[in-house]
Amino acid sequence: MPKTYADLLREARASIREVTPQDVGALPPGGATIVDVREASEWEQGHLPDALHISKSYVEQQIEGAVPDRDAPVILYCAGGVRSLFAAQSLEQLGYTNVASMSGGFQAWKSAGLPWEAPVILSAEQKQRYSRHLLIPEVGSAGQARLLGSKALLIGAGGLGSPAALYLAAAGVGTIGIVDFDVVDLSNLQRQILHTNDRIGERKVESARKTLEALNPDVKVIPHEEMLVADNVDRIITGYDVIVDGTDTFETRYLLNDAAVAKNIPVIHASVFRFEGQLTTFIPYEGPCYRCLYPTPPPPELAPGCSVAGVLGVVPGIMGMLQANEALKVLLGIGETLAGRLLLFDALDSTFTELKLRRDPACPVCSTEAVAARAEGRPLPIPSFAAAGAAASAGEPFILGGGQA
Amino acid sequence: MSTVWIPQVLRASAGGNKQVELAGSSVGEVVDALVAQYPSLRGQLLADDGGLNRFVNVYVNGQDVRYLDGLSTPLGDADELRLLPAMAGG
Repeated sequence: MPKTYADLLREARASIREVTPQDVGALPPGGATIVDVREASEWEQGHLPDALHISKSYVEQQIEGAVPDRDAPVILYCAGGVRSLFAAQSLEQLGYTNVASMSGGFQAWKSAGLPWEAPVILSAEQKQRYSRHLLIPEVGSAGQARLLGSKALLIGAGGLGSPAALYLAAAGVGTIGIVDFDVVDLSNLQRQILHTNDRIGERKVESARKTLEALNPDVKVIPHEEMLVADNVDRIITGYDVIVDGTDTFETRYLLNDAAVAKNIPVIHASVFRFEGQLTTFIPYEGPCYRCLYPTPPPPELAPGCSVAGVLGVVPGIMGMLQANEALKVLLGIGETLAGRLLLFDALDSTFTELKLRRDPACPVCSTEAVAARAEGRPLPIPSFAAAGAAASAGEPFILGGGQA
Repeated sequence: MSTVWIPQVLRASAGGNKQVELAGSSVGEVVDALVAQYPSLRGQLLADDGGLNRFVNVYVNGQDVRYLDGLSTPLGDADELRLLPAMAGG
């Protein structure tokens, strides 16, 4: 005699342990993997906090990826507590030993006044555009929504800023500010891939805006067509979640460092010279800052920019992309950043070398004493850039490349 | 012998060498041997008082000597010394 639906349900109830919404709500964080087995359209209306979504039709295919340990506690729920019973039977057939179904489902959860959250709804176009991000559990729709709501500031739309900006825009970082007062020059195009031949003479911020908005209309580009100076740095960086430093002068790098530390904004730092690059992430008060790494700037003769020394175009390309990677991790709150580590890249050898960085306990910007002094409105004295450079070059003259002093 | 890695920005002052093998039982001795061999590096590495310039970091096996014993940091055989000046190019 064929079974009826009522028979199947009775069998499922008899074999599957049920827990109440109150039981689930009382679990400590991480006490069980909670899986929502409803359809995507139901999930989008709201779900339990920290739940995974695997719709019932994909449970057998996807549960091993989501919960590799077959003895781990798993709680399934649906809208009313029926579909989750049947899905739990499938898990038991797969050898899961600690599966329960939440009785009454999401309706009972809400009726009990327990907390739930509505996921950010991506448009159909966004789901397609970011589909490869949505497939990664560490990003997913919540992470993508976070990126869309994030603000990144690029200092410089040049060799480092170009690849960083392209990848941040492609990734859907919703607001990208760009500080650059320069115009596109023919000699930029060997590496500054934001710009094109027909934009020579155009303002770089405008050229960058065109490129980035053409790549991804979700991105709003905020042009800051000005040189970063002491009078405007606080105004410009305020409100950004992360800063990508791609400038080519020490003066700007120290200025940015000091302001970003005071405002507690992470700075992704990179610099390049011919075939070599340096990269680190400065997370204020968690790791060292730029002044901890290099307390004083070198005299200008020892530290020429790319316009004097030259650079293989792909070197800032690689370093800029690593900056974008660091920025995305900071924005998503995933992985291990380079805070406290300096990564050196040698393009001729194709090697990466890692050096350990430490906070300087006497740092005039990020030490405990410096923070307290700032809070009291009497910041510690920092030697002015010009004075520091002069002091550094007061001794024997610096000779770049062994040439004339 | 310690291996001293010379960054590109200093290489022209070091005979174009990327790495130099030098003897010395401390960072200071190896730096002295280096500037004896390549005198034009002296001003780039050392301040007037003989200490390291603040804009050049020196790492022994990946650790900043400022947080070890500075120029007195002892060196064993096969230690790796890396000179790292600040770079600004972007």
